[in-house]
Amino acid sequence: MTKALVEAIADMREEEALALAKEQLAGGTPPLDILEACREAMAVVGRRFEAGDCFVPELIMAGEVLRQISDLVKPRLTEAAPAAKRGRVVIGTVEGDIHDIGKDIVAFMLDINGFEVRDLGVDVPAARFVEAVKDFRPQVVGLSGFLTLAYDPMKNTIQALRAAGFAGKVMIGGGQIDEQIRQYTGADAYGQDAMAAVGLAKSWTP
Amino acid sequence: MTSQTEPKLSPAEKREARFAEWRSPGVSFASPEAERGYRERTQLIKDVVDLKKPARVPVCPIIGFYPFAYAGVTAREAMYDTEKLGLALKKFHADFLPDTLSSAPIYGSGQVFEALDYRLYRWPGHGVADRAPYQCVEAEYMRADEYDQFINDPSGFFGRFYLPRVFGALEAWQMQAPLTDILELPFFGPYIVPIGLPPVQAAYQKLLEAGRLAMEWIQAAAAIDGATMTTLGLPALIGGFTKAPFDTLGDTLRGTRGIMMDKFRQPNKLLAAMERLVPLAIDMGVRTATQGRNPMVFIPLHKGADGFLSNDDFKKFYWPTLKAVILGLIQEGLVPYLFVEGGYNQRLDIITDPDIPRGATIWVFDQTDMKEVKKRFTGWACFGGNLPVSMLKAATPDQVRTAVRRLIDDLAPDGGYLLANGAVLDDAEAENLHAMIQTGKEYGVY
Repeated sequence: MTKALVEAIADMREEEALALAKEQLAGGTPPLDILEACREAMAVVGRRFEAGDCFVPELIMAGEVLRQISDLVKPRLTEAAPAAKRGRVVIGTVEGDIHDIGKDIVAFMLDINGFEVRDLGVDVPAARFVEAVKDFRPQVVGLSGFLTLAYDPMKNTIQALRAAGFAGKVMIGGGQIDEQIRQYTGADAYGQDAMAAVGLAKSWTP
Repeated sequence: MTSQTEPKLSPAEKREARFAEWRSPGVSFASPEAERGYRERTQLIKDVVDLKKPARVPVCPIIGFYPFAYAGVTAREAMYDTEKLGLALKKFHADFLPDTLSSAPIYGSGQVFEALDYRLYRWPGHGVADRAPYQCVEAEYMRADEYDQFINDPSGFFGRFYLPRVFGALEAWQMQAPLTDILELPFFGPYIVPIGLPPVQAAYQKLLEAGRLAMEWIQAAAAIDGATMTTLGLPALIGGFTKAPFDTLGDTLRGTRGIMMDKFRQPNKLLAAMERLVPLAIDMGVRTATQGRNPMVFIPLHKGADGFLSNDDFKKFYWPTLKAVILGLIQEGLVPYLFVEGGYNQRLDIITDPDIPRGATIWVFDQTDMKEVKKRFTGWACFGGNLPVSMLKAATPDQVRTAVRRLIDDLAPDGGYLLANGAVLDDAEAENLHAMIQTGKEYGVY
């Protein structure tokens, strides 16, 4: 019954997806089944993104449909959604850089892949990453940056995290990030796109 | 008064006239060496645009705020103190001697932006650290339901909706009536009366003050470029500026999120708005390049890169109006200089469009496979770029030399090639940038 909903979300048929979700909720489909359909649809979108069959607009639209359906479902939830999270990730754009498009997409893809994500936003000083790591105890920290001037703040943030005793993994990403910069900053890995980030986070949280 | 008819020039004749004007700028050079250097450098660039083999590969690094870090000046000082701006650029150009100059006005004036309470950007000392470059704050400055207003009257939309949102000082402009209301004496009141409202009066006062500050600033900034040109013989590679209509809407009007949703929810309005922008974008390129007396029109490409859109969407939403802008500029004798940010590996067959005349454009790539670029661009358009900025920051000078030699070996042999880094450089090691420029000049000799 929720198969049509999964397909409508995954194929970006926004109005149809919302109508189906409303119809099914009214018809007595358990709210958790609707959320499960959303999760399945996001997995389809994720696979298509990885395969190069869908792109930024589809991720943004899928996120928007997911948000709208969640808003419909939440008031009817009598039990909490199962919170079997795969792992915790702290993410943010490093100090001096306010670019967020890539960072937001990575956070979204991690979220729909079962990670609990704490997004610290943009222009985040090293000290705030250190605080968040102490408080949230993530397995993974993701540092984002678009500018060449993000290289040194990434390096400094990683040094600060290590000095504070963070023993988890650090991944970096952004427009001008490559193996050279991974070595320079001392990150454990870098990723070219959001699926690479998901793959890394998964490989570090078996 | 006798009527003068302008001679009808063909696009090719217009172009030659524009290049001639650029190459003979009518200024007095400080030395015969500087003048010769200017002639030689502009010849190198003219040759590669014409797809010839130049005397050597032109070395045209894409420079952001790096000169200030190099000269020990903060980004904030560069935007607030034209004396420091000038000293830093002077030192940078004299020490590195690239083939093209980094233009002082692009760094902008902090005082002018403060006077206008510019909210579209954060700049050093004003929302980001003193050493950080200015950066755009993406938001929906045009709302999803405002397409019709924009399409009907873009200037009116800017004046009464967009500018009051991006300039705090001009917020009261939203109280104004459209200029096109001014038709007849008895009904002129509704336009002129709001101008008397105290907040509107204050907005105009602030705008006048910003204009006064801008005039002071541009005289100093333009003099810096003039000095770079006349003392060192460096030309500017960029004459004018314009944008791809999809980026105009996606960068600073609707934002990435907004435009991507519009693609699904109101594709026809999006397409109509981009069509509306084409003549405006061409006109902007023509005016700015004419004023700059330099035929190259810089067009940075943002949201059509690999990953941002499928090829089908690129062909439907991004390329047609960009192509129309490119063709419109070429028609006026200008050379569109496309700065292709990100990867364009999926787009190469689309952008090498047979309707675009050969030898009429410049394409500088970032992370695109340059061997694939060369296959398609040799004999079609001047190209370059791709030296990673990561190397200029974190590699050794030897690694940079090797990378530059490899680029020249792979890409330069048939001409029509210029050496450039792939993305804007704000941070680097000086010895690495020297290695890039020196190797380009020495190894790039034909």
